[in-house]
Amino acid sequence: MKTKAKKGHWYDYLWIWSIVYFALGFFNILFAWLGLIDFVLPLIFAIVGGNKWFCNHMCGRGQLFWVLGRNLKCSRRKQAPKWISSKWFRYGFLTFFMTMFGTMIFQTYLVFSGAESLRKAVKLFWTFKVPWKWAYNGSVFPDWVAQFGFGFYSLMLTSTLIGLIMMVLYKERTWCSFCPMGTMTQGICKIKAKEKEIDHDVK
Amino acid sequence: MRKAANDISRCVACGVCALQCPRGAIDIYRGCYAVVDVKTCVGCGICEKACPAGSIRVKETEEASK
Ligand code: SF4
Ligand code: SF4
Ligand code: SF4
Repeated sequence: MKTKAKKGHWYDYLWIWSIVYFALGFFNILFAWLGLIDFVLPLIFAIVGGNKWFCNHMCGRGQLFWVLGRNLKCSRRKQAPKWISSKWFRYGFLTFFMTMFGTMIFQTYLVFSGAESLRKAVKLFWTFKVPWKWAYNGSVFPDWVAQFGFGFYSLMLTSTLIGLIMMVLYKERTWCSFCPMGTMTQGICKIKAKEKEIDHDVK
Repeated sequence: MRKAANDISRCVACGVCALQCPRGAIDIYRGCYAVVDVKTCVGCGICEKACPAGSIRVKETEEASK
């Protein structure tokens, strides 16, 4: 019956990273690639470690919603409707999100193959095109690299905006209850935990 | 005695409750759901206020009152 001492950790400040990320991408879209870290790390934790350590301790986005919502009181802190954290909505949103991710990869491929030219714009909520010309003036990389940057940045910005809206309307980290990464990593962990239990029963 | 209880079918394993619990009574079991150590929990309800899915709730428990 021991209580864990509350200690500060370096990773408690990763919410700063999520702000820095959007700032960097505002000036140069190639920085958008760094966002892949937030895609790959949680998956590594889930697949290798069978845990949600990323979500639980080091997700800058989740922390940002907490800092703004709780510490800066920007949240109504009301319970969101139940369906938002229901399985069908979570997996439905994950499917939608992955479809959009696929579309973005395809768009990158079109630029790579030369079928389409680079579009210097950020698409918000998969609908509204916002000109983002200043963030790219050519580089040593081919155009598709920048196209992926614009696409990925759009995805990151859109999901953060949805999260911020949810934060204001409902509880601070309501986004986490249907975040595609969260759903995916929990799904992987559940499969892994089942496998372990079966291993245990066999022995 | 009042203790936190988690509805594991609704928990999204985000870990917000575990971060907030002043007693460190919550662990995320293998990335699947939050588990409350009822011996350590004092029923303060901080986790309930933080939980975005509304899955963890403070409830009256009989067997803990012994
Ligand atoms: S659920 Fe999503 S936003 Fe929340 S901590 Fe996990 S990865 Fe971050
Ligand atoms: S009720 Fe309080 S002590 Fe019990 S698990 Fe929740 S936050 Fe921790
Ligand atoms: S805050 Fe709620 S949804 Fe998140 S791990 Fe705790 S009980 Fe589960």
